[in-house]
Amino acid sequence: MSICILDPGPLTTVQDLGRAGSAAEGYRTCGAADGYAARLANLLVGNPPGDAVLETTLRGPTLRFETAAVFALTGAQAPATLDGQPISFYGPGFAPAGSVLQIGMPQAGLRSYLAVWGGIVVPVVRGSRSTDLACHLGGFQGRGLRKGDELLTAMPEDAVTSWWKAIHRRRADHPLGSVLACTGARCWRWEGTARLPLLRAVPGPQWDAFTSMGQEAFTHGVYQLTADCNRMACKLSGPAIGTVHGSDILSDGIVEGSVQVSSNGQPIVMLADHQTTGGYAKIATVISTDLPALAQLRPGEQVTFDLVDPKHAVIAARAQAARLRQVADRLK
Amino acid sequence: MSVHVAPVGDTGVLAVFDQKISQEIGAQVAALNAAIHAAALPGAGETVPAFASLLVRYDPLVTDYDTMSAAIVHLAGHLPPPDTAAGKLVTIPVCYGGNYGPDLGFVAQHAGLTEQEVVRRHTAREYRIYMLGFLPGFPYLGGLDPSLATPRLQNPRTSIPSGSVGIGGEQTGIYPVASPGGWQLIGRTPLKLFDPAKPLPYAAGDRIRFSAISPEQFAALAQKEGSA
Repeated sequence: MSICILDPGPLTTVQDLGRAGSAAEGYRTCGAADGYAARLANLLVGNPPGDAVLETTLRGPTLRFETAAVFALTGAQAPATLDGQPISFYGPGFAPAGSVLQIGMPQAGLRSYLAVWGGIVVPVVRGSRSTDLACHLGGFQGRGLRKGDELLTAMPEDAVTSWWKAIHRRRADHPLGSVLACTGARCWRWEGTARLPLLRAVPGPQWDAFTSMGQEAFTHGVYQLTADCNRMACKLSGPAIGTVHGSDILSDGIVEGSVQVSSNGQPIVMLADHQTTGGYAKIATVISTDLPALAQLRPGEQVTFDLVDPKHAVIAARAQAARLRQVADRLK
Repeated sequence: MSVHVAPVGDTGVLAVFDQKISQEIGAQVAALNAAIHAAALPGAGETVPAFASLLVRYDPLVTDYDTMSAAIVHLAGHLPPPDTAAGKLVTIPVCYGGNYGPDLGFVAQHAGLTEQEVVRRHTAREYRIYMLGFLPGFPYLGGLDPSLATPRLQNPRTSIPSGSVGIGGEQTGIYPVASPGGWQLIGRTPLKLFDPAKPLPYAAGDRIRFSAISPEQFAALAQKEGSA
């Protein structure tokens, strides 16, 4: 029961919902950058939301299912084929033993997710199967996948076949396309005729360390993702955000979504693989509901920010969870 | 205790103390951390202690910022007086100098001391662990003898062996995993500090004391760690 990687693409990793619980010891959380898409992929094949999936970057991998599998693709919608036949995202689909799945480059978005029924089987490290690329732990040997890697899957052929019969019939009864919330929340701001992604953010713990002009720059400015973006952070470039007394602070704990401003006045938004603490002032924290939208932005794309209070951020998180629950209920 | 709170998105509260590095503030952070874990607040998640703040994560599907921050302020107002001697004392055996600490000579020269005196001063003190970060198990320690403060290397090393003990500016610390770094390396511990399968031997709020060992003791301990 395995999957053989024929071509990994630029960066494909094993991820789940992250290694929470060890940050006080300096362990990074990691986990799917677009947690909504990872949860959805799992739900579509009948997994618990936290099973391990594959996360791609820009271009997807080519892989061979050595045994039959029930699979689903979510996230950035790339052209995908199974043994040369085009397949659609959100499926789910059935892959016979020996079939080859090829995931191409999406027209928009950055990261796609592949779930298989039963999950990808890698050792659990500190409660998680996520790959920590910086510390070389978790996931598949603590690294991105390479050509020739054999990933274990959990379910034997006959179980897969009967599971597929069971869910395929049910899912055909309830066409998913009409009800499916394919992505998490997406907000936009119009700048002239351009529709720019809008990330909602709560003012950060050092909001007062910034000048009023700096605060204005952050909330009204348009920022571009630089080439320096990875699973750790997105470095942005745009109107400089000035500080009153410099951007160095006594290091404190940071989270995915923390917006640090370095000494050059440019914001850096933390993603899943961020360090547990940081020494730059943080002007804001992108709300958890909007992290999936951020994780799908590519270098060169533009982004804007809007301030919300924690109350509204919590309401948004609950609405997002309710949307996923609705999907899960439809699939039961 | 004077603490104020700030939101960290919709999943965290940062409890902020006087922004300075001191034994007393460190003890307050540790005391609040212990109180929050003991209180087992509904929806509370992990915490990240730092020099003068405590990050408390929460699940927005279970609780919210107002509830969590009020509970944290309440707990902070009812803490026992901070005890700087609280926390465990953890002894870290270190083999100083030679291949284990290639920069011991430079640190001694910079301080105008003999190598033996640098080792004596480095092992004479207890160091408070203010926080762990940067790498799993990397302790930010306070309490270095000011006479041992040494500037960082101008050209950081691309790889420092795991267990290296160094001095960077006014700080001293341990590299639990091999990594690049610019600290002056004065010794190495044979203890295998980084092992995801085991809890770390120390936490923020504990104290560390270094004890000098010989290369023979290093080898024996390293062998024991390897087979553990």
